This record gives sequence, C-alpha cells and structure tokens, in this order.
Amino acid sequence: MDLVKLLNQLPGAAAQGLIWGLMAIGVYITYRILDIADLTVDGSMATGGAVAVVLIMNGWNCWAAVLAAFAAGMIAGLVTGVFHTTMGIPAILAGILTQLGLYSVNLRIMGGANLPASARKYTLALSSVNVGRASFSNPIFIMLLVTAAVICLMYIFFGTEFGCSLRAIGANGQMARAQGISTGYGKVVGLMLSNGMVAMSGGLLSQYQGFADINQGRGAIVIGLAAVIIGEVIFGKVFRNFALKLLAVTIGAILYYLVIQAVLWLGLNTDDLKLFTALVVAVFLAVPYWKNRVKAAGHRRGGKADA
Amino acid sequence: MLKLDHVSKTFNPGAVTEKKALTDLCLELQPGDFCTVIGGNGAGKSTMLNTVAGTFLPDSGSIRVGEKDVTRLKEHRRARYLGRVFQDPMMGTAATMSIEENLALARRRGQRRTLRWGISNREREEYRRALAGLELGLEDRMSSKVGLLSGGQRQALTLLMATLQKPEVLLLDEHTAALDPVTASRVLKLTDQMVRENRLTTLMVTHNMNDALAYGNRLVMMDNGRVILDIAGEKKKKTTVADLMEMFVKASGHALSNDRMLLG
Repeated sequence: MDLVKLLNQLPGAAAQGLIWGLMAIGVYITYRILDIADLTVDGSMATGGAVAVVLIMNGWNCWAAVLAAFAAGMIAGLVTGVFHTTMGIPAILAGILTQLGLYSVNLRIMGGANLPASARKYTLALSSVNVGRASFSNPIFIMLLVTAAVICLMYIFFGTEFGCSLRAIGANGQMARAQGISTGYGKVVGLMLSNGMVAMSGGLLSQYQGFADINQGRGAIVIGLAAVIIGEVIFGKVFRNFALKLLAVTIGAILYYLVIQAVLWLGLNTDDLKLFTALVVAVFLAVPYWKNRVKAAGHRRGGKADA
Repeated sequence: MLKLDHVSKTFNPGAVTEKKALTDLCLELQPGDFCTVIGGNGAGKSTMLNTVAGTFLPDSGSIRVGEKDVTRLKEHRRARYLGRVFQDPMMGTAATMSIEENLALARRRGQRRTLRWGISNREREEYRRALAGLELGLEDRMSSKVGLLSGGQRQALTLLMATLQKPEVLLLDEHTAALDPVTASRVLKLTDQMVRENRLTTLMVTHNMNDALAYGNRLVMMDNGRVILDIAGEKKKKTTVADLMEMFVKASGHALSNDRMLLG
C-alpha cells in the first residue's frame, strides 16, 4: 500500500482514460444517439491498432496511420450496418458477427497476435514513455488536443441538417420516416462514424502502449458503456449542451481508469479486473430501471392513499 | 389527388392468424376534399392509412398521390407528399429534441439533408409565428424538449409539422383518440382551421361519429376492408348519427360493433 506508487500511476491512467474517452464517444453515438447497442467495437478497436501499427512499420506518418485506422473502422461499421439494415439482422447480432469476423481480419493485418512498435524505433503520435514529461510530447497533452478537436467536430456535425436527422432516427424512427428520413441509411452512417472513432482510439492506444494486440478490444463495449454511464450519472443534471455531454463521456472514461488504477492498488488481482468491470457496469445500467420501479411503487401507494 | 385502386392487403397469409385487412378497396379524393373515415373494429381504417403512408406495401392494387404512383415507394421516399399525425401523441415527434429542432426536421421533409446548419435564425422567426397561431404559448418555449409537452400540445405540434411543408395529402389516424374530450375538441378545431387555410386534401380516421359528421365535406364508412358508404356535400350535412347507424346496417348487413365507437 504505497501511496507514492499510486500517485505515480495516475498520469498514465489519465492518458489511457483520454484515449478510451474517444472510444466512448464512438459508443455514445450508437448507444445514446442512435439507440443501438453495437458490439462491433470490440473488433474495430483492435483493427484500428493493427492498421495503425502496420502502416507505421511500413513508413507511414503516425497521424496518417491514425486517420487510416479511422477509415478501417468505418468499413467495419459499414459491414455491421449492411448486416443490420439490408440483411435484417438484429443490431446486436450484426455487431457480434462483424466482431467475430474482424478477429480473423485483425490477425491477417498483423500477421500474428501481437505486433510491437517501439517508440525508440518509430516516430509515434504519442507514447507512454513520455507520460511523466512536462513537454508537448506528453500523451495527456496530445490527447487533450485530439479530444477537444473531436468534440468540436462532433458538435458541429450533429448540429447540421444531416446530423439532426441521425438524432431523430434514434429518438423516434417512425417520426423520422414520416419526415422523409431514411432510417436505414442514417443507421449505417452512424455505425460507420462510431466505429471510425473507436478504431481511431485503437490506433492511438497501440501507439501509446507501443504494440498492437489482437485482444486490445476485448470488452471494449463494456468500458465504453461504463464511461458513458459514469459521465451521465455525475454530470447528467448539469451538462445539457451536446458538447458538454461528450465532455462528460470523456471525463467518465478518465474516472473509470483512475478507479481501476485505485482498485488494482488496493490489491485487486489483474485477472479479476474484467469480472469487476462487468459487475460494476451491470449495477450502473440497472440504476435507471430501479429508480423507475421505486417511482412506480410510490405512485401506487400514493393512489391508494387518495382513495 | 389521392387514388386507391383495387387495393388489397392480407396479414399473415396462410396462417391461423390470417387477416384480410383490405379487400379490393377503391377510394378517390378530389383536391381539397376533407374526408372523414369511420368503421367498426378491424374494418381496415388504419390499414388503409398505413398503406397510403407506406408503412407496408399492398398485396395488389395501386396508390396514386397527385400525379405520382407511390404503390411501391418506400415510406421515407413518399413522405415528401404526405403529412401524417398518429393516434399516439408520442409517435409524431422526437421527445428528446427541442420544439424548434422538430419543426426544422419537418420543414425539410422531402429535401436532401445537407451539412448546412440544422436551423437558421430566419426559420426561427417563421416557427415563432406558426407556433403563436396554435395559441398554446409554445412560441416562448421553442428550445424546450418536446418530451415536456402534454399530449394535446404534442398533437398540435405534430399537426403543425405535418403542414409546415404543404403536403399533397394529410393523413390523420384517430389523432385525437388519446386526448381528453376538451383537448380533443381543441385539436380538432385546429385541424379544421389548418385544413381550410391551406386547402389540404385530408383523410381523417375517427371513432367519433359526431366528429365524422361535423368535420369535412365527405364521409366514408368502411367494413371488412372496403368502403361501404360514401356521402358528400349537402347529403352529408343533413345526415345524423341515427341515419348513419341505419345506413351502416343496410350497407353491411350486420349491426355496427365497436366498443370504442362514440355515438353521441
């Protein structure tokens, strides 16, 4: 129980939280805006890492590799979208199918299960090596800039006519169709955008940790949901503006990683981490449901008292 | 303006639950017709409206709106010709979006959604005036979420949304059925006013016989998926609810069974 050890690990946790925050914004697009639980992300997170690292090894610029990861994620989203809309497969299942298929695709891209890309050998966009440095190469600083740019772009996009139509699809599909909006097309575009964001986050994560791994997206959806929900629970009442809501998601991801770091420090076995996460997210997802039940029970009692 | 030509629709064909919803239905509305539709449970009123709207495609027959054959057109593609208000006040609006955002979505019905900003300030003025016309005070709450409005307010807003971009045909599917009587009559008066002002061709399904007689210039009665009675103009004006009941029995050969039908 060495407090200094914990404090030393917090900057790293914050950097990871910021990287996963981008991923969580991707999840927010599908889960909150389009009202789809998209499990493709577990695969596209690894795809983003694989594409970025392979391209960097082939001499690509590190930021161009991140954009390429974004494009690869969009293709993954397109596949899920086509499965869902033109083939009529339920969204959850469509996501699982793509995710499964991506496992093979990712192995093909990397030519193995793990691919190192050391910061000493290549110029990377960001690296965990610099996490303690007070310089512009500090990953926390870089990720703050990236996050700010992404939130700005998202805010503008979802304020446009087309962005509004995507929000309408998630809010009320029947209404959207009655207003001449193609719900199928909108969902496909939303899934592409979401997975592009997730893969971009994967591309940044691989550079940060210095390797791409076939398992780096395992459970990503759960971490993304955790970030979304933590952000909503804490800031839901205060943050009404769309840009602030996205900021809340990012802060949710950072808090998630800080908490994980703290429970590991308290002695939780790393092997048990996923179980711990799953249970915590399950409880958080149940909170709104329980709240409603308590409210409904209150109404019933109130009704009787009146009579 | 609207022409249904020998339209048939069977749900679950071949199954135990098979239901012939529309059988060889024919109906033609002239421009400016305000036609009310009544009929018993399962007569096919809503199915008719939904086939026009494109919620599902008919098995046979054709549907024309204006000059356009829309029979096989997807729901969102034919939306440009149609304004719709649903029975459920929740259905016609996006609860998590603001009043002005909902209006802006409706304003662009049938147009390409571009990457231009979703609402312009010029539009806001237009919406403010239009909302003021509803006399519900909504013009002062334009950035409120629609989910905060009452059922009646939401139906009035949906009505406004349906007519903001003038539709070739306005489809009203029992749009006052879920409202309390006072609100229902306010929304109906508003409907009548909008239909008159914009001279809209309108098809209004209702379960209230008095309303069916009081509003519009034409009334059709449906039974077993077809039109069994069609009265208009002076003849409609002179008809009473009692006449209507009698006509129904004569035309259908059985008594009107509808626990929801309001007679008086």
